[in-house]
Amino acid sequence: MKLEPDVKISPEEILKDLDKYRPRRKGWTWRKKCEDGTCQLGPFEYREASEPLKKSVPLPAAKSFAHIDPQPDCVITSEIASGRFEDDLRRMRMAAWHGADHIMVIRTAGQSHYDGLIEGTPEGIGGVPITRKQVRASRKALDLIEDEVGRPINFHSYISGVAGPEIAVLFAEEGVNGAHQDPQYNVLYRNVNMYRSFVDAAVAKKLMVSAGILQIDGAHNANATAREAWKVMPELLVQHAINCRYSELVGMPRENIALSTVPPTAPPAPSMRYDLPYGVALRQLFKGFKMRAQMNTKYMESCTREVTVTHTLNLLLSRLTSADIQSTITPDEGRNVPWHYNSIHAVNTAKQALVGMDGLRDMVSLNLAGELGERVRELKERAVLFMEEIVEAGGYFKAVEEGFFVDSGFYPGRNNDGIQRDPLGGIGSDTIVKRDDDYFAPVCHHFGQNSQLKGLSEASSASGSKVCDIINGCTLCDADKIKFIDELDPDDNAETRLGNSIEYRQSVLKPEAEWAGDGIATLTFLLPISSDIAEFAALDIARRLGMDEAEVINMQVMHPSEGTLIELKGKIGFTINPQDLKIPPREEVLSEDTIRQEVFKTPFKVVAGTVGEDEHSVGMREILDIKHGGLEGYGIGCHYLGTSVSVEKMVDAAIELDAKAVLISTIITHNDAHRQSMRKLDQICREKGIRDKLVLIAGGTQVTNEIAIAEGLDRGFGRGTKGHDVASFMIKKLSKTGA
Amino acid sequence: MLREDDFQKRRNHLEKLSDEQLEKRFWEYADKVVKPLVDLAENHTSPSIERSVLLRMGFSSLEAGDIVRHCQKHGYLGKGAGNVVLKLAELKKIDYQQAGLLLAKGNGWDEIAVIFGKGHL
Repeated sequence: MKLEPDVKISPEEILKDLDKYRPRRKGWTWRKKCEDGTCQLGPFEYREASEPLKKSVPLPAAKSFAHIDPQPDCVITSEIASGRFEDDLRRMRMAAWHGADHIMVIRTAGQSHYDGLIEGTPEGIGGVPITRKQVRASRKALDLIEDEVGRPINFHSYISGVAGPEIAVLFAEEGVNGAHQDPQYNVLYRNVNMYRSFVDAAVAKKLMVSAGILQIDGAHNANATAREAWKVMPELLVQHAINCRYSELVGMPRENIALSTVPPTAPPAPSMRYDLPYGVALRQLFKGFKMRAQMNTKYMESCTREVTVTHTLNLLLSRLTSADIQSTITPDEGRNVPWHYNSIHAVNTAKQALVGMDGLRDMVSLNLAGELGERVRELKERAVLFMEEIVEAGGYFKAVEEGFFVDSGFYPGRNNDGIQRDPLGGIGSDTIVKRDDDYFAPVCHHFGQNSQLKGLSEASSASGSKVCDIINGCTLCDADKIKFIDELDPDDNAETRLGNSIEYRQSVLKPEAEWAGDGIATLTFLLPISSDIAEFAALDIARRLGMDEAEVINMQVMHPSEGTLIELKGKIGFTINPQDLKIPPREEVLSEDTIRQEVFKTPFKVVAGTVGEDEHSVGMREILDIKHGGLEGYGIGCHYLGTSVSVEKMVDAAIELDAKAVLISTIITHNDAHRQSMRKLDQICREKGIRDKLVLIAGGTQVTNEIAIAEGLDRGFGRGTKGHDVASFMIKKLSKTGA
Repeated sequence: MLREDDFQKRRNHLEKLSDEQLEKRFWEYADKVVKPLVDLAENHTSPSIERSVLLRMGFSSLEAGDIVRHCQKHGYLGKGAGNVVLKLAELKKIDYQQAGLLLAKGNGWDEIAVIFGKGHL
């Protein structure tokens, strides 16, 4: 099975023979640097870049840069969380084409309290239920997608909650490459019993080690939760240290441990003065660990522009310090479950900013001698004091009981608003049991006391007896022993949903935000009135347009009385059948050789210029210049008259030079001056009796062929036109007219 | 706890430390905080841990859930659920997969009680 760029990925194909599918590799993969450390793309050298992709969609501005698509040095994450994994596959593919190589699948709400594995593919809320079938199918799809784009893709989800060890087994078996694992997260934010959480975590972590799964911690949740997030910085350092050291003691190598770090604050705060010292302190204290730079979510609301600016500042911080993994947050996360195109926007925000800041540190360095160094030191001292007090209080559990964590005071300041947990309470309380002296687990990669282990080695060792020999191999040594459960619910499963969505995926069209056929679209407009009225007016507009379930998702005051910006979402009830569309046939373009031969046989000249009060010349120069593959390159004589040329002058020049064509460039204007220029060109040529001897062409970013023809010209060329297209048209036209 | 930020007062003993010494102290404390937690994990188990063992032995998640539920009910989690399964297989001279399925259905627990010295046949 192989993906073709012009064929959609088929979830049905992915689900076929899934019971037999095995992951092709295990463990995390970092990006590959270009051979000599720098990458050369087009005219540019990149110093913080990785090997380019085989297939990708470059940034929009790449058009002006020979379509290069430089890839930053760090892994880029896309978080995917629609609730239906079969629809997520499309988004994974889109994200990979834009440069994501870490697909982080968010779990459905409530899974962390589910005591066991979920099976099948039930629909989730704000994420998908992580199950064997979902994990295996996603990994299979990603295997195909990574072949298509030419770069390994890391698949990631969560090993937390009360079923951590089982999920860790599942992930190790199925080749999941990265996972969140942090027992503190369970305790503080999911109210899982603290003893249970730490006991489970050790086993889960050991299993992660067995499959080379990269671990990301959960400390960043403290600044998403604390009332005044920038004050929890000393505590964040402590939380990172607890999970890092715990993991190391369980056997996880430092290079597989990533700190989830988020710049704690955002504008309008003077955020860089807070975030930068924190970022530096973190990297000084945690040498050798990996940095997963996450974007700030705490202050995000509905304005995607505001969010994108905050995220860009976060990326500046990544470049000024370091990032091994750059995570991305979709700009719409504050207003809805992330939509396909916003996941892509987020990946592009990261790619664009990181590439733009390539090599910045070769020119700019951090001044640690001044205020920055002092603040870094202060944060580290505050963190040491925090640690001291945990020990004085009687250890970690006691500290949690006393509400040390997620207190919004700037430690050692305390605001008495920390999260307090009862050591004997929480989900899964009273469920851990002391291992008896004869406790035995006949499997590999098991953490802790295991009575019959003496003299036996772990599965990873090449020779000698293994602990699982007694059962003729565990699933980590013999994947054929894994039991695959397909579905438990006859209705709530992927196959049923795929059956319902088949027409939207294969025959008719509807807008799509997250699920096939969801019909969700947005409208953006300004209403010249105050916001309290604008909201209701907007809903009425949506109703009259026939949008169902309309909802204002962003409203911003432009001025208290002059105007309100509205962004509104709603559902489109009808479908479009592509078969019914009247799509004009694509014009056949002559080959470059044919054009050259024709021009050689019958050489001719053209007159070109920008008409009206317009100083733009870039587009026209690209059509003409030999180095841009323009008309000159085919041997066509080009006489460029410059900008702001009158139409009369163009025609006079054409007569004087005996040119065969006149090319005018024009921008769209409010008063239709562009149409007038076109009309005038046609009229003057007629008045002078030369209309049938000249090919008249207009071009410009907003020009369409329809406008040009309506105004009497022979052809209009819009955005994206190449000299090749124009030359081909002229040759065809000239041979028809015999001019 | 409500407390003013008394950082300047508290930091006296840290002030003279070099950056290196300060960082070293940070990690020494981290070890002190974490070691008891690792020790706890070293000699305890949980239902999820035992299900993870059974999964690795090739039982399905449903079977593992049932076996562990019975193990908890009868108080054998501390022996290890996989151990319990193996012991029954040994006694009955059957495949351990079969033994596990018996236990999942609630059978064989009297034998288990005898094996571990908690009952009589």
